[in-house]
Amino acid sequence: MARTPSHPALADGAHPFPHEHLLGIAHLKPWEIAFLLDEAEQWVEMNRARTAKRDDRLAGLTQINAFFENSTRTLLSFEIAGKRLGADVVNLGVSGSSLKKGETLLDTALTLNAMHPDMIVIRHGSSGAVQLISEKVDCPVLNAGDGRHEHPTQALLDALTIRRRKGRIAGLRVAICGDILHSRVARSNFQLLASLGAEVRAVAPSTLLPDGLDGYAVQSFTDMDAGLAGADVVMMLRLQTERMEGAYVPSPREYFRFYGLTEARLAKAAPDVLVMHPGPMNRGVEIDGAIADDIARSAVTEQVEMGVAVRMACLDVLTRKRRGVEGWA
Amino acid sequence: MMQSAPLALTGARVICPATGHDAIATILLKDRKVAGIGHAEPPSDATVIDARGLVVAPGIIDAGVFKADTAAANAGGITRMVLMPDQSPPLDEPALVAYAQGSGKPDVWVHPLAAATRGLNGAELAEIGLAKAAGAVGVATGRHAIADARVMHRLLAYAHGHGLTVVSHAEDPALTAGAVATAGEYATRLGLAAAPAFAESLAISRDCRLAEATGAALHIRQVTTAEGLAVLAAARARGVDVTAGITPAHLFLNDMAVSGFRSFARLSPPLRDERDRLAAIEGIRAGLITIISSGHDPQSQEDKRQPFADARAGMAGAETLLALGLGLVRDGVIDLPRLVAMLSLNPARRFGLIAGTLQLGAPADLVVFDEAAPWRIDGRKFHGAGNTPFDGVPTAGIVRMTIKGGDVVWRV
Repeated sequence: MARTPSHPALADGAHPFPHEHLLGIAHLKPWEIAFLLDEAEQWVEMNRARTAKRDDRLAGLTQINAFFENSTRTLLSFEIAGKRLGADVVNLGVSGSSLKKGETLLDTALTLNAMHPDMIVIRHGSSGAVQLISEKVDCPVLNAGDGRHEHPTQALLDALTIRRRKGRIAGLRVAICGDILHSRVARSNFQLLASLGAEVRAVAPSTLLPDGLDGYAVQSFTDMDAGLAGADVVMMLRLQTERMEGAYVPSPREYFRFYGLTEARLAKAAPDVLVMHPGPMNRGVEIDGAIADDIARSAVTEQVEMGVAVRMACLDVLTRKRRGVEGWA
Repeated sequence: MMQSAPLALTGARVICPATGHDAIATILLKDRKVAGIGHAEPPSDATVIDARGLVVAPGIIDAGVFKADTAAANAGGITRMVLMPDQSPPLDEPALVAYAQGSGKPDVWVHPLAAATRGLNGAELAEIGLAKAAGAVGVATGRHAIADARVMHRLLAYAHGHGLTVVSHAEDPALTAGAVATAGEYATRLGLAAAPAFAESLAISRDCRLAEATGAALHIRQVTTAEGLAVLAAARARGVDVTAGITPAHLFLNDMAVSGFRSFARLSPPLRDERDRLAAIEGIRAGLITIISSGHDPQSQEDKRQPFADARAGMAGAETLLALGLGLVRDGVIDLPRLVAMLSLNPARRFGLIAGTLQLGAPADLVVFDEAAPWRIDGRKFHGAGNTPFDGVPTAGIVRMTIKGGDVVWRV
């Protein structure tokens, strides 16, 4: 399948992915995004095999997953991705971090760097923290989520999921609903989906919509029925409990009443609508449990599956230079 | 203490906004005072310095610094600093005020602003009357506004009774809690917690109304938005005794400077959008903003080399104040005598300092500068922390000499 958008730069033999790190979608050209998605396809097939799921291209390389913020699924996904490619994967969790002992983030970065890792995967609670670390280390850095800023592999796995289900991204109407204000997933998805030609909508109560969304070419809706009208994809975001107790919305039940994804509301969307959620879901708060479980419409578990494949592709592509892969060294 | 010999600077353009003097002349300094301006031959015992091609002006009075950084001040042509009470500990005790007042001598005179409330807690009035007796030239709310309108009301009333100007920080504390940027597209793209720009005009409205009700003198250290300036203009038109200041950062940078998470551009209040920046320039031109200060607030590497939101706000500004201010003259916003007034005479008048003038008998505090000499701002060469948001920017205007009380404390 020739999915990569044709671009004159590539025709001239230019580099398909000239970036040292994966810090965000903002830095990527549409054809670079498509290249990563194409690369991920092969891993989807391998991951589904019932025999040995193993490719040793990263054998002997060390991957550090430095998670300064709690995570279960993303950490697990990156760990499995690295191991399936043969890397030696080490996890540094919040509890094991010296940051709790007063060490600065940059000192931690330099310490990690001195152990000569070949790739570092970082999650951090502050926007921009991953970029800051990337400036101080000598190996590729993958952003696994920084504050409210970006979560590029989530957007890539969402795109891969949509592309496999719908056969395309360009021209699709995608409604992203929920806590847009605090969401790095939304920010990465806005940029990726708009970059690949989708019509992107943000649906949320006004208190959870940030300023300046026009700059992303995103249309904002506070009325969920209007926002879902004709949508090909509905992407729900998690709303944290502490934000539902009067700070941004009055209560979980009021939120569900106006912004929960129910059958009635979903009927406004296109008949073959695809429902997505980055997880973990709050059933009965932002999404009706029955919709989440409907495998014909819900892609929630498929998103998790695509996550491993996309992360394998990113780890592979970002280490090609140091592995001396032909055309990349 | 007497000076050994009189000092004469010859051939310079001598600018004194207080007297209206702006002409090539010789200025004679004797016994730590200005002893004459004119064309007379310097006395035979005077040390004569040829200052042709240079400008001589009253030493800069930097109104609202967070650190009394002597070396940086002298390099920047600053002879007096009005010190914010946000010290460690805060200047809420007369003894601390008295100590701060002596801290820069002899090279820089520090004029402390007393903490408006105990420990700058925003709740209980500090001993500002005693602080005045100990040398405070005003009182300040510190890095933050006083959230409680009742406390602010009483502060203004009480300070007025003591003849003290109140310096306030104009950001509504609740709206800006946790925010590190101005709401808008850039903050959204970077995923930074942001507050609306109108948090400033809300604070200015309240404080101007309270100043009006109490008759107090109010100085808003930084007014950075179009709306804030409009509120200020309306208050001044009603006769409220309110003045406004600004730093070069909000005149020459907008919120784009934050892109790439540049923590040196993390300031308080945060950088604004281009529309507000242009309004601030107009505020200077229209005479609404009358004081330009450096906001000198140097931060250590440890405090700045952090993710943007975790980095401390503040910039090192003393050494770039004059050169950046001259940008307003180069851009035709104001003429050089106006700039000189905004850097010396206006702050002197607002805080009741006998300074900012070159009239006969005034303290011999001078800055001598080459208004056109080009240089590139390089934080690594600063005398102290180098956290300037203007790092690498080409500018013009070099301080050739700083003279404090007749002594040459800086010369290049």
